[in-house]
Amino acid sequence: MTYVTSPDPDPADTAGFSQETLWMLAVRDQRDKAAFSALFDHFAPRLKGFIMRSGMGGGQAEEVVQEVMLTVWRKADLFDPGRAQVSGWIYQIARNRQIDVIRKENRPVPEELYEDQGSMPDASQVVGLEQEANELRQALGRLKPDQREMIEKAYLGELTHQEIKSQTGLPLGTIKSRIRLGLERLRHELKDMRTDD
Amino acid sequence: MTEITHHIPDALMAAYTAGSLPEPYALVVATHVSMCLECHASYEAHQALGGAVLETSGEAAVSEALKSDVLALLDAPVASEPVYKRTGVYPGPIMTALKGRAPKWKSLGLGVRQCILSGNAEGSVRLLYIPPGQAVPDHGHNGLEMTLVLQGSFSDETGWFGVGDVELADQDLEHTPIADAGPPCICLAATDAPLRFNSFVPRLLQPIFRI
Ligand SMILES: [Zn+2]
Repeated sequence: MTYVTSPDPDPADTAGFSQETLWMLAVRDQRDKAAFSALFDHFAPRLKGFIMRSGMGGGQAEEVVQEVMLTVWRKADLFDPGRAQVSGWIYQIARNRQIDVIRKENRPVPEELYEDQGSMPDASQVVGLEQEANELRQALGRLKPDQREMIEKAYLGELTHQEIKSQTGLPLGTIKSRIRLGLERLRHELKDMRTDD
Repeated sequence: MTEITHHIPDALMAAYTAGSLPEPYALVVATHVSMCLECHASYEAHQALGGAVLETSGEAAVSEALKSDVLALLDAPVASEPVYKRTGVYPGPIMTALKGRAPKWKSLGLGVRQCILSGNAEGSVRLLYIPPGQAVPDHGHNGLEMTLVLQGSFSDETGWFGVGDVELADQDLEHTPIADAGPPCICLAATDAPLRFNSFVPRLLQPIFRI
């Protein structure tokens, strides 16, 4: 099999983008298999570890990893680096897939907000998101072990919403600024898109 | 369109993002997120936190064959799944639950109608159609009841609920939501009460009978 690597996007526009984001954009825009292979090497072991932690055996976990990575390839046009981090986007695909497998039902998902997927957002917006993601990871790293375990359990789907609610020490406040900034971005994008209403 | 003032609380959004919310409630959250920018931003923030957990919670080596299997499948043709978009007052997630068809309403009396979208022993989710001045039927619930307004509005002891607003009620809340004047109120309602035939009856207007 031969891979054709397309030229990277203009470095001036992508300075400050993470390696994962650059790979994902190459997959989305150039259908770049070498970039997909690099994404696979980065995320497949993390996905397998993540899925096995929620109780699935190694064999079944690999089946889910396969489905998730194929979805990353097939639905790459839905990836928008101005709204999602690659890890967050893949996280959601993985959880949806696990639920489909475990419960044999399709998880209800929200409608996509925009029609014009695939357009390049403002580079500073992408870099802002990357910085927020780094801060989130660092905030996770600073938590006390029991708090960190609670966050992991919550996002592995191991806690009911009542259990999450009763964890009063759960530092969900760390994402409040992320919500606020995300809302500003969405309002900004919608304003731009709705000028001809 | 009026501002949405009743949103999805953080704990519910975290559970929805992680997939631990039962399906009837998940449909209400997915529908609200389709209508509400603020909660869409909240959903994206919870995904970012889930992504941080995925990045940092440990790795397990994958077999050699997995990667070659995946790479070999990249160019394989795949059947595309239907994507249902908003139709009238029904956002995409409801159209998906309806499989793209218009709701089939069943009369509950007094002009009130319902259309059950899904239900089993663990709970149910349905559309309700309530003419102005009529009470929203009592779902009966042990834990959480979620009601999302799609058209019109209703009011009860706790406040006013317009298009996009979600009312969360636990078993301690005694309330009698009444559809306001104007267009009939259409809601999406989820409960953890088991689905039983005929168990869903119009709520009696308590104040009339109270002495
Ligand atoms: Zn909201």
